[in-house]
Amino acid sequence: MSEKRPPEVKRRDNRAWWLVLPVVLSVAFTAVIPLMTVVNYSVQDVFSPNDRIFVGLEWFRDVTRDPEVRAAFGRTLLFSAQVLLVEIPLGVAIAATMPRHGRVAVPAALVVVALPLLIPWNVVGTIWQIFARPDIGLGGWAVNRVPGVNFNYTLDATDAWITVLVMDVWHWTPLVALLAYAGLRSIPDPYFQAAQIDGASAWATFRHVQLPRLRGVLTIAILLRFMDSFMIYTEPFVVTGGGPGNATSFLSILLSKIAVGQFDLGPAGAFSLLYFLVVQIACYVFFTVLTRSGR
Amino acid sequence: MLLIDGVRVRQRGEVWLDDINLELPRGMTTLLGPMTAGKTTLMRVVAGLHPPDAGRVLVGGRDVTSVSVRRRSVAFVYQRFINYPTLTVYENIASPLRLDRAFPRESVDRRVREVAELMGIGELLDRRPGELSGGQQQRTAIARALARPVDVLLLDEPLANLDFKLREQLRADLRGMFADSPGVVLYATADPNEALSFGAPAVVLGEGRVLHTGDVAALYAGPPSLAVAAALSDPPLNVLPGVAREGGIDCLGATFPAPAGLPPGREVALAVRPHQVAVERPGGGAVGFPGEVRLAEVTGGSTFLHLLLDGGPHVVAHLPGTRAYEPGGRATAYVDPEDVFVFESRHGGGQSA
Amino acid sequence: MTDIRLEGVGHSYDGGRTWALRPTTWTWRGSRAYALLGPSGCGKTTLLNIVSGLLSPTTGRIWFGDRDVTGVPTAGRNIAQVFQFPVLYEEMSVYDNLAFPLRNRGLGRAETDRRVREVSRLLGLDEHLRRRSRRLDPGRQQIVALGRGLVRPDVAAVLLDEPLTVVDPAVKWALRSKLKEIHRDTGHTLIYVTHDQTEALTFADEVVVLNEGRIVQAGEPGELFLSPAHEFVGHFIGSPGMNVLPGELAGGVVRVGGTALGRASGDLPPGPVRVGVRPEFVRLGAGHGGLNGLTGRVTGVDRMGAYDLVHAAVDGHPLVVRAEAGAAVTVGEAEPLSFAEGRAFLFRDAVRCGVVEPLDGRPGA
Repeated sequence: MSEKRPPEVKRRDNRAWWLVLPVVLSVAFTAVIPLMTVVNYSVQDVFSPNDRIFVGLEWFRDVTRDPEVRAAFGRTLLFSAQVLLVEIPLGVAIAATMPRHGRVAVPAALVVVALPLLIPWNVVGTIWQIFARPDIGLGGWAVNRVPGVNFNYTLDATDAWITVLVMDVWHWTPLVALLAYAGLRSIPDPYFQAAQIDGASAWATFRHVQLPRLRGVLTIAILLRFMDSFMIYTEPFVVTGGGPGNATSFLSILLSKIAVGQFDLGPAGAFSLLYFLVVQIACYVFFTVLTRSGR
Repeated sequence: MLLIDGVRVRQRGEVWLDDINLELPRGMTTLLGPMTAGKTTLMRVVAGLHPPDAGRVLVGGRDVTSVSVRRRSVAFVYQRFINYPTLTVYENIASPLRLDRAFPRESVDRRVREVAELMGIGELLDRRPGELSGGQQQRTAIARALARPVDVLLLDEPLANLDFKLREQLRADLRGMFADSPGVVLYATADPNEALSFGAPAVVLGEGRVLHTGDVAALYAGPPSLAVAAALSDPPLNVLPGVAREGGIDCLGATFPAPAGLPPGREVALAVRPHQVAVERPGGGAVGFPGEVRLAEVTGGSTFLHLLLDGGPHVVAHLPGTRAYEPGGRATAYVDPEDVFVFESRHGGGQSA
Repeated sequence: MTDIRLEGVGHSYDGGRTWALRPTTWTWRGSRAYALLGPSGCGKTTLLNIVSGLLSPTTGRIWFGDRDVTGVPTAGRNIAQVFQFPVLYEEMSVYDNLAFPLRNRGLGRAETDRRVREVSRLLGLDEHLRRRSRRLDPGRQQIVALGRGLVRPDVAAVLLDEPLTVVDPAVKWALRSKLKEIHRDTGHTLIYVTHDQTEALTFADEVVVLNEGRIVQAGEPGELFLSPAHEFVGHFIGSPGMNVLPGELAGGVVRVGGTALGRASGDLPPGPVRVGVRPEFVRLGAGHGGLNGLTGRVTGVDRMGAYDLVHAAVDGHPLVVRAEAGAAVTVGEAEPLSFAEGRAFLFRDAVRCGVVEPLDGRPGA
């Protein structure tokens, strides 16, 4: 109808970008500036606020070679791996057994499952610190009733590790379960009916109907649980304080010891940056691998 | 008046709309085409829900391409019945009027009752959408769109999700309802019967392009291309291959008169609608194609006979009354050359032979 | 093929206060293609889910042949079901989708492969076997979903719940014919649920019309169309549905608006009746046979391309005539009408009670 060619440009309203400004500013104050301070520390030897010398990458070399840091890194990695191995399948299993329909059953199940998530982290630590004690704690006392078991997390390294792990599972599996439950609820009924008709076992139904449709939420669950567990601090700090010995000294606990306890700002800065980098890279790798495999 | 000027939309490397140029007058226009033709995309562009990659949309001479959907005077009715679930039917219909500052407060009640009456839901004003049947829910959605006088009213297959009989009823009720609408009404459908029944001017869309525009009855009587003929045919059109020769078109051994100016050797498509294929009592001059009966679908009022012609093509004859044919038997499809449309190519022009 | 017999089967979702499906006794005969036709909410999906075992009925028993399956779960019933939208194992290939029900039942690898290839040939899926099922178009996805039902060696019946909802009108025709050919080739019992009368009538050997949880009529498509036993059937089957005019029966003569139309068959008590006649069996203009006498004022014409629908008012009541394309009528003019003999029925309480017969030239009393 019209002879002239319409202009091949995109006209979009770009004014909305101004709305991002407050976020940029607050992130700058809360994250970027402190991070720069840390970078600044990491390349200097700080004797006092007015007395510091530039040392280049020396702290980074020191930190990566420090056997204590290496041991803590291995410990944290092992802890995260165990957390993922237990919490993801367990959370999905809980979600799969939660009711799909029902006016009373569904909200009731949701409240029960979500309960641990509502408790503040340090309170969780306190609860478990007492609960797991062999003398006055119900959990510790009960475990010691089993013949042949001598449980005491303040003395035994393995017991301490198990206590922290079980506590994390208790605290955070509900998050995985809720995410997985939301994913499962979005699957229309006919998929389950078709699986019944096809004679699929409960496992086959889970494997071919539910799991493929949980990919998205599980990606998020794995990322969240990895980051959180890799940076765990409050709970072991409250329960075991990193001990006995160094048995539950995770990276974060070691870091705070170096930074706050010994006031070695330079190594602590280098440590923080490396820590930060490892988490970033791991998350990126997880995310890429998990989303790619879905195609 | 709505002017769509060179609108293009590409999405993930695919062309969804390709150089759409349309000038739509006040009143109703049907937008006809199959599912993937681009009807919904075009409507979203007109509504301002999807920015075009190129081109402009003008309403009443004003370029609204970069105006946000909130500031456009549009109403949209979706295929899915979309209402506010917590509001009553009355409040649902009243909501766009209340949001429109230009609309006088004191007229809201009168207008709501007026449209509700028009859509036949005057008795249901106190109910909530969840208590209504699908047909009543869609009537509410349409009433909400009709309530406020808008420049552009868009209806995207509003009847597609309804039961067959409800669809028939609502179609009859909607006819004429948009005649005195102050703005442009664009009604998208994939159902040719709907387009024919409204009788409004039609825009036939196919694969993201405008195939043709015009009076729907005229397009049916003399389709300008095979795609237009197919879009307007339900049950689907029968298509036979042909080759132009000196003095006629050769089609599966029979000869049809060729339209003037068709160069010999050109491959053509011969299209005939199912109800114009006879099996018994052929008219004078009809050409017969023998074949094998594949299937006879009897509906009581009529029979759909599926034939596999000896030359290969599949032909459906829509016969009046109930006929008994055994699959595997022989039958002959008779086609009157008067009823055959000849098309030079898939999208090319054509004319009645 | 076994018959599927429902014995007083009914279902209530609210403990018996209202019935989604009233207690019904009905037999689906083996190897036949049935359509279950009715508006939404009429209980057709409930009935289908009871047959497949996805729902256990509130009352009654279900028999597959001489086996009582009332308490047997879905997997034990040898039922295949196709849903409104394509239900596929989306991360699997088409081949694996088809093989899935066989692998679940522990069929051997060679037998599974043989059956999958047989079904894929039947359904024309050969070239798509290796593709991921979610990459197919919706029409073909439905075919795969159907194939998952057909692949099993022991299927008693294939149930289809409005399977063509998501496909284009033009594709619907092709898929329906395909279904019908598959039925002919495999001889499975098919039960096809739909609200679309064209789908039901073209597809089925026998159509079961359901309304408000009750079977109102069952029969061959032609029978339902030509002699509806219930006003609802007349309305629901046929497009547009049957015209219904209020009339009066006195002395054996049926009058509409004071005009004698014909004699009532049988011996009916006098009183009000409703006269039903399909748009296809009303003719415009004088000189036709059948039941004459009524006139209608033309109120509008729809040019539908292949035919015209002429709307008229008879004594103030609407009536539709399906006429040849290009009907020469003028809006506002009165036209004589005639009804085809044997095609105008009398209804009382919505149930057919007789036929209108010609007056035989005798003047109405």
